[in-house]
Amino acid sequence: MSAALDLFTIVAVSAGVLFFLAGVVGLLRFPDALTRLHALTKADNVGLGLIVAGLLPQAGSVLAGLKLLLVWLTVLLAGATVGQLIARVARRAGPRA
Amino acid sequence: MSLELFYELLLGLLVLAAASWSVATRDSYSATVGFVSYGLLMALVWMQLQAVDVALAEAAIGSGLTGLLLLGAAAKLRAAEARVTTRPSRMLRAVAALACTGLAAALAGTVLSLPQSTPSLAGAAVAALPATGLGNPVNGVLMAFRAFDTLLEKVVLVLSLVGVWSLAPDLGWTGRPRLLHPFADDGVLPFLARTLRPSACCSACISCGTARRAGRRLPGRDRHRRHVAAGAHGGPRRGASGTCALAAGRGDRGTCDLPRRGARRHGHRRAFLAYPEAHAKALILFIEVPMMLTVALVLALLVAGPPEQAPQR
Repeated sequence: MSAALDLFTIVAVSAGVLFFLAGVVGLLRFPDALTRLHALTKADNVGLGLIVAGLLPQAGSVLAGLKLLLVWLTVLLAGATVGQLIARVARRAGPRA
Repeated sequence: MSLELFYELLLGLLVLAAASWSVATRDSYSATVGFVSYGLLMALVWMQLQAVDVALAEAAIGSGLTGLLLLGAAAKLRAAEARVTTRPSRMLRAVAALACTGLAAALAGTVLSLPQSTPSLAGAAVAALPATGLGNPVNGVLMAFRAFDTLLEKVVLVLSLVGVWSLAPDLGWTGRPRLLHPFADDGVLPFLARTLRPSACCSACISCGTARRAGRRLPGRDRHRRHVAAGAHGGPRRGASGTCALAAGRGDRGTCDLPRRGARRHGHRRAFLAYPEAHAKALILFIEVPMMLTVALVLALLVAGPPEQAPQR
């Protein structure tokens, strides 16, 4: 059981890191602010979600697991809000690179 | 090489890179971004040193709040910065380089001449803690053993607010700070504010639960962590004062209002303005709660900035 949980942790965290990597590549390679924002928000939210899911079996206590989930939800909320704000500014500023 | 050492080395290199970037870059906006990343990395460093309180303070105040203030300043300076195109003269640059090298050499010399075994008052602080009736040694240092330092910090905070307000233009003097003007409700920020409130309550409940459990754990097992916490918080001040009355058993330093029992145990007279031991905890709480609210208010007003005329709509 614990070996299976460890395997799940490794797989989920690695997948999360892959999403982060994809987000960074998108940030560096995409042509304008809106597409870069798209790459970052999606990849980071899913990546962090996978990492949190992977760490849950290692949390040790319910409280620690709840904290991990709370961190993820807070980052989701902050990311979504900041993404909206930046996108509005980018749209108002017009299509610049 | 162990994983932990690798992580620490990586963290150190990243801190150095962020610090160099924010010093080297010429644009004040980029410098601020570098400064904020530097602050967040420093919070990770403090975590690595087991100083959770300092890490939280660094992330929230050092990086977040200060970063916000610097971003505002950078936005205001942007127009003036674009006008400056001339390079300073060769002489001026040479003098600046000399001054910077001198400062770096002095800092390096100071760091290298520090004593190997860190002088620590953590043990004395923990030993005298029961006299205050407090459970947390950091709280004991801030509110009892070093209460005068804490008081002076608050004075500095209020003075900085006076400084910010005195920058207000004449026309804006009766107005409100820019952040407090009603702004177009575009939905996103009000939504965040409405959602964060319950989630903040939720996290406060969780951290209260954790803190209470940690408090129960403290007396016995977690000696090391307590020492580190107390030592980390006492750190910067310790350097300034050299020897504190607490460790040397001297109750005669005005700024060190040692609890009475501690002073008597060391065979010295009562410290100036010491808390009466019977009511120490109640007095400390009576001072601490309004102080916390005041600090929050002053920080919020600092971020809100000087008053301005209402924008023309």
